[in-house]
This record gives sequence, structure tokens and C-alpha cells, in this order.
Amino acid sequence: MSAVLDHHGHADHAHDHPHGLRRWLFATNHKDIGTLYLWFSFAMLIVGGLNALLLRAELFQPGLQIVKPEVFNQLTTMHGLIMVFGAIMPAFVGFANWQIPLMVGAPDMAFARMNNFSFWLLIPSALLLVGSYFAPGGAAAGGWTMYAPLSIQMGPGMDMVIFAVHLLGASSIMGSINIITTILNMRAPGMTLMKMPMFVWTWLITAYLLIAVMPVLAGAITMTLTDRHFGTSFFNAAGGGDPVMFQHIFWFFGHPEVYIMILPAFGIVSEIIPTFARKRLFGYPSMVYATSSIAILSFIVWAHHMFTTGMPAMGQLFFMYATMLIAVPTGVKVFNWVATMWRGSMTFETPMLFAIGFIFVFTMGGLTGIILSVAPLDIQLHDTYYVVAHFHYVLVAGSLFALFAGTYFWLPKWTGHMYDEGLGKLHFWASLITFNLTFFPMHFLGLAGMPRRYADYAMQFADFNAFVSVAAFGFGLSQLIFLWAVIKCIRGGKPATAQVWEGAHGLEWTVPSPAPFHTFETPPTVK
Amino acid sequence: MGWFYAPAQRGDVARQMARIGATLGALWFSAGAWAQQAAQQVDDMPGGPKVHQLNLIEPATAIARDQHWIHNFVMVICVLIFIAVFGVMFYSVWKHRKSKGAKSASFHESTAVEIAWTVVPLLIVVGMALPATRMVVEQKDTSGADITVKATGMQWKWGYEYLKGEGEGISIYSTLTTPQEQIDNKAPKSQTYLTEVDEPLVVPVDKKVRVVLTANDVIHAFYVPALGIKQDAIPGFLRDTWFRAERPGTFRGYCAELCGKNHAFMPIVVEVKSAEDYKSWVAERKKAMAAQADDPNKDWQVPDLVARGEKVYGANCAACHQAAGTGIPGAFPALKEDKVVLGPQEEQISVLLNGQGGAGKMPAWKQLSDVEIASVITYTRNAWGNKAEDNIVQPREVAAARNK
Repeated sequence: MSAVLDHHGHADHAHDHPHGLRRWLFATNHKDIGTLYLWFSFAMLIVGGLNALLLRAELFQPGLQIVKPEVFNQLTTMHGLIMVFGAIMPAFVGFANWQIPLMVGAPDMAFARMNNFSFWLLIPSALLLVGSYFAPGGAAAGGWTMYAPLSIQMGPGMDMVIFAVHLLGASSIMGSINIITTILNMRAPGMTLMKMPMFVWTWLITAYLLIAVMPVLAGAITMTLTDRHFGTSFFNAAGGGDPVMFQHIFWFFGHPEVYIMILPAFGIVSEIIPTFARKRLFGYPSMVYATSSIAILSFIVWAHHMFTTGMPAMGQLFFMYATMLIAVPTGVKVFNWVATMWRGSMTFETPMLFAIGFIFVFTMGGLTGIILSVAPLDIQLHDTYYVVAHFHYVLVAGSLFALFAGTYFWLPKWTGHMYDEGLGKLHFWASLITFNLTFFPMHFLGLAGMPRRYADYAMQFADFNAFVSVAAFGFGLSQLIFLWAVIKCIRGGKPATAQVWEGAHGLEWTVPSPAPFHTFETPPTVK
Repeated sequence: MGWFYAPAQRGDVARQMARIGATLGALWFSAGAWAQQAAQQVDDMPGGPKVHQLNLIEPATAIARDQHWIHNFVMVICVLIFIAVFGVMFYSVWKHRKSKGAKSASFHESTAVEIAWTVVPLLIVVGMALPATRMVVEQKDTSGADITVKATGMQWKWGYEYLKGEGEGISIYSTLTTPQEQIDNKAPKSQTYLTEVDEPLVVPVDKKVRVVLTANDVIHAFYVPALGIKQDAIPGFLRDTWFRAERPGTFRGYCAELCGKNHAFMPIVVEVKSAEDYKSWVAERKKAMAAQADDPNKDWQVPDLVARGEKVYGANCAACHQAAGTGIPGAFPALKEDKVVLGPQEEQISVLLNGQGGAGKMPAWKQLSDVEIASVITYTRNAWGNKAEDNIVQPREVAAARNK
């Protein structure tokens, strides 16, 4: 990398603003890389969303109309993989890139060139993921969970997914190393750990989770790869292996992964609620401890995804108790947010609306999570639409709404313009309403027994499915309002002040809007 | 493996896209689609979901009833928490807003409150865990079964073998009977669309039935909502679950673990019979089995084998090779005018017994009997205009190849 840069290196790097393609291809500035991450994840959100809309179109009516069942399975698989690894995770890394140096008073991320590499690894992996549709036999169709031995049966699309996930994992690990180093070594003088903004805290914990579990996923899919091509039998009973072992390894990654996608969202909401309530975050230390507890507990609950695999009663009981326990620290977070709002002086700009919407809808997903944690009941609900409803309540209304909240919150700092409040509010209400119309009826479908990942279903499920499909298109279209609002804000709008929000506190609000290319070259002092 | 054997399917996405475009238009901008459905009155499915069902399916076992109870119990607690938390939040949103002149207070911690809202949820959770623990132990207790049935998940049907108890020795394959025309929207759909099979799992009422599960290929899951059971069927391993049906009736379920393309098309139907009815069913079955026990040395005629083979083909082969033997271009080869089908019979017998092409391709069909394999081969050699030179395979020829 450095050789490439030296070749063009006749200018003074530190103060040069590269333009055109080079600015992005060779980007080492945390703000530029953050922007790249955010645009990338939005593009993937659209691609993953199109997958979802196609499968909802197929499910609009019973019978097969649009896609064959094998293509339907490809759509569900790629929807999950693209949304988890392409949209939600990179979006949070984008926020980390933009905000962490600004919030801890650092001039940039610790390893600027590795940061560039972390981002550019995403492009080949996205091409592999999307390109796998054109492989012989189509894209991987074994679900985003890639359970063996079904994943052993797939065509080369599966191999492309395996390579893509390896690259994404490498990118996440490098990003995490960068984030941890920046947070631990580059904070402004006076900013002790317990003075760090909540968003920084949640990302510090998330980065540790990522480093702990991404190699585990890499191990699982590497074993899948060698089972597929090199005659090993990790997951093949006939060769002495165990298909269920894949699930244990996968979910040892997969459950912390759930918190990887929600902890930074907690962080964003914990920044926004105090700002618009004009009141300090209630119970800051307990927020830090609650986040850490959730992270630690996330390592001992994985098998609640596997209650129906037939583990012994003691196993079911242990994982049920551990899962129920997570409700306690999660409850603490919700109570603290409500207590922050209590007797505040609230205004309801778009970021606040999305943050309140987040608390409201995420909590519904949390409560269905408690219902699912009850092992004897999970036997009924596992792998039905109830689970689909549950995880979309926490991942769409949770992670995605927090990402929207954060975007509106910091967009004036990034662009120097205020976004169009009317568009923002329209986006919020359209999203909130269509989200609930889409996913709430899925609870009923699941209770009535409709299994997930079904290309076709019994007539009695037809009306709810038709309703859900129409609402899903509404939710999809609502996201175009977001795109419109963001582009409009980039192109112009009321100039933003440095402070932006009346109740804003924190180092990022001390630099001008838009944040200059280089900030905090001399570290600020935090009292 | 897949790379080398997977047939080219590159044009598939493009073709799909074209179809999607055409269908989307037809689907949403003509009232036809709605009209077709409106014309078809949908009723509640006995033993399956009701129309617009909002809650769990009406239970038929004590375990399913317990699941109802604990769902209601946990649900009530969750709704109360929800109302309490959001009552406070929306009161605050309403009352403590700047536009109403609210001034922000300065408190930001309270040890007492924070301890309270850690301890109280902990106690609530313990309250939920207690009854749940009893239920886990009950669900897991598969001892003392009256009847043991082994269920085998296969891409894409179920096989049932009665291992112990009344009916021991009976063996059934259970396949979806919904005609392809209904799935393709060329015929009105039945009330039991996609939840109907040729051979249901038949069990007696009020007897403890232990279901031992395994699978032949990938993981499947045996899910019957009304009985309150769901258990993965894992290739190479045995798992078990149990139920004791409290009333006779037909109860419908599904495969609940993604198992490939026809995941949605391998339902489970459990028929619970009274003790007498079950007894006569067993007797009838045994008689039929004795009659069907084919003389291994009998010389069969082409029409008999073709008639038998058509059934075997429909139950086992049509999912991939299609009823008309056309296959699916790019995915599953056509048997019509196929050179193996028209060529020497040894090769075709070997393909059926041993499979071909590795994982995800033609599996081995060793589990079929010699007569079944001979008949299905004979069928393919005479159906769809195929005129093989060697147009008949005798069961003993299959037996010879199998024992070689």
C-alpha cells in the first residue's frame, strides 16, 4: 500500500486533500472511510431489501407465481447474509469511523491504512455475495445460518459465500483492532474510561465481541469448505462427524453476533435521548455495566437457537435460564432511557423520534425474546414466523432504526447542513407504521404454526401473508424517503452550527460543521 | 464436488427476472389474482390452522395444553411490563416536553431505584422459569412408551417404521398428495392445500407414542403443532420425542428445518384413531403387507410393473425429474429420451442403487425394495414415449445387482 502512495507522493500527505477517485481508493481519513462504509451499507440495504421484496412478492398468494422454490431459498439466504454482513454491520463500522475519533478527541483512527484495507475488502465480498446468483446452481440456498449438511449439497454459490464471509470477517477483525486501539490509546487528556460517551463504550465492547467470535465463524465455514471439497467429515455422521456440531459452532458466533448488531445501536440511542431530553443520561455507570453484562452473557446462551435439536433436559434448562437472565441487564437499559426522559425538557426532532421509536419497538422484540426463551414453548415457535417477527423487531426496529436515528443526529455535523425536518418526520412515521404492519401479523402466523423459509403455504395463512407482502412494499418504498432526505441534506440546506442541537454535549459538537478534513490535531482537554 | 457436477444454470436468473417482470404486472395490476382467491372460500382446516388464527393451535395433548398455558402466563406478564414501561414513557413524552414549558431536572442516578429495577425483573424471570422447568422435564421424558415409531426425514418426504408395540413391523412412506396443478395455480386449491399426504402416520388415542427421529440426507424437523412437538431429524443420529393424543382426529404438521428446494412440500399428517379402529387398521395393514410381500422369483409382465412403477415414480422421482419425465433444465436431467434410461439396464440399476454425481445430485435409492426399483425402471423405459430396447427389468435382476 505504502509503495503505491509513495509513487504519487510528491505532495505533503498530511495536508493534501486528494480528489476524485484517489480520494476514495487511497482514503486514510477516518471521515472519508466512514462515508464509504455508510454508502456501501446503504447500497447493500437496498440490495438485501430487493431480495426481501421478491420473496414477499412470491408469498403474496399461496401457490408458486414468481420464483421456483429453489430460487426462493436463494432469496431468503442472500437476504439474511446481505443484511447482516453487508448492511447492518458495516453501517455501524461507518458510524464508528466517523464518530469515535471525534468523540474521544483523536485526530484519526489508530491504523489509517489498515482502515482503508478493512473497507476495500468489503467490495470483493459484496461482489462474491451478489455474484453468486450467477453461479451454476445459483446462490447459496441453505439459509443465512448455512447449516450442514444442506450447505454441503450446494453448488459453487456456497463457496463464493464462504469466501465472502471470510473476507468480511477479516475486515471486521481489522476494524475492531483499529477501534479498540483508538479508544484505549488515543483519548483526549482527561477523558477517563468512565467519562467516555456511551456510543464509544458500546463500540469498545462490540469490538471485543467481534474479535472473539469472527474467527469462530471462520472456523465453522472453513470446515464446511473442507467437507465440501477435501473429503473431511467434520459434519458428516457417516465419516464420524456431527451435523449438530456445526450449529454449536455457528451459534457460538451467532449469538454474540446478535449483540454486535445491537450494542452500538444502544450506544447511539444513549447519545440521542439525553440530547433531546436536555438532561444527563440516567445511570451512566449502570449502563456501562449492563452493556458489559449483556456481552458476557451473550457467550453462554447460544444453544437457545437449538432447543429442537434434541439436547438433554439439563442442557435446555441451562440455556433457558441463561437466556432469561439477559432480560435483566437489557431491562436496565430500557428503564435508564425512560428515566432519562423523565422530567426532561423534550423536543421531538427526527433523531429523537427514531430513538423513541427504537425503544418502543425494540422492547416489543425484547419481550417476544423472553417468550421464546421459555424452552418448552420455543418447541412450538422455533423456526416459525414468530421467530421471523421477533428478530425483525430487534434487528430492523432495533439496529436499523438506531442507524436512522444516528444518521439524522450527526448528518448536520457531517454535511454542514440541517436535513429537511419534514422529510425526516415523514420517513419516521412511514417507517414505523409500515414496519409494524409488516412484522406484527407474522406473530400470528407463527403462533398458528406457519414455518419460516416456506416458498408456499396453506390457504388458511393466505390473508395475513397478502397483507404482510403489501406492507413490506410500503416499508421498502419508505426507505427511498431516507435516501431523498440524505441527498437533499448533502446538496444544501440551512447551515448547521457547530453545536447543531441545543442539548448537545460532547467533543464532536466543539468542531465546526461540517467537520473539517482534519480535526483534533492538537488534543482537546476534557475536564 | 458441486462445482464439477452442477449443471450449468447461468441463464436461470435472467429467465427468472423476465418471468418476475411479467408476473408482477399481472399480479398487482389486474384484479384477476384477487378474484381467483375471493372465488375460493377458505374454511378452517381440521387439525391444522384456522383462517386468521391469532393464537396457538387447539391442543390435542397435555404438553400442547401446557404450552398454551405458559404462553398465556408469560404473555400476560409481558403485556403488564409493556403497559407499565410505556405508560411511564408516554406520560413523560406527553408531559415533559419543552413546548409545554417543561424545565429539565438535574437528577441522573438513584441507587435505590436502580437496585429495584434489577432485582424485580430477576424475580419475575425466576417466576417464569419455575413452571417452564417442570415442562422441560416432562417433554424430555420419553420413557415407558406404548408404541415406538421411527420417523425418517428424506428430501422430500417422511418414512415411518413401527418399531415396538401394536403395529410393529409396519412401514410407510408419506408423500404430499397436493397435485402440481394446484401449486402452479392451474387448479383451485383444496382446503388442505400442502398439508395432505397419501399415507398418514396412524396412532391410537391415549397411548404414549415415542417418535424416534433420524434423516437420510439433511436435517429435517418433525413439527405437529396440535401435539406440541417439534424435533429435528438429524442424519446419522437418533433423537426422540413423544406425545399422547387425548382425542381421535387428524392433526397436521410440517417439516420445520430448511431442507432444500421442497422444504415446504413435505407435510406431516398424524391420524389418531380409537383403540378399536387402530386395531383394525393394523390388521388391515398386516394383511396388505402379506399380500404385497412379493415372490422374489416371480416373472412380472410389463403392464404390471409399469402400473406399480408409476406409483413409485410419483412418490420418489417426480419431485426432481417431474411427472412428465422432463426434469428441470439446468437442474434435474430429463428421463424422457435419456440415454441411460434407453440404454443397458445394468447401468440404470446401478444408478438407482448407488446414486450418481455426489452430494445434491441423484441419491442412492437402496431403501426401495427390489420390486419397487424394478418397477420404476420398467416404468421409465415405457413411459412418455420412451421405447427402450430392454423394456423390462425383473426384481430378481435388481436383487442380483444389489447382492453383487
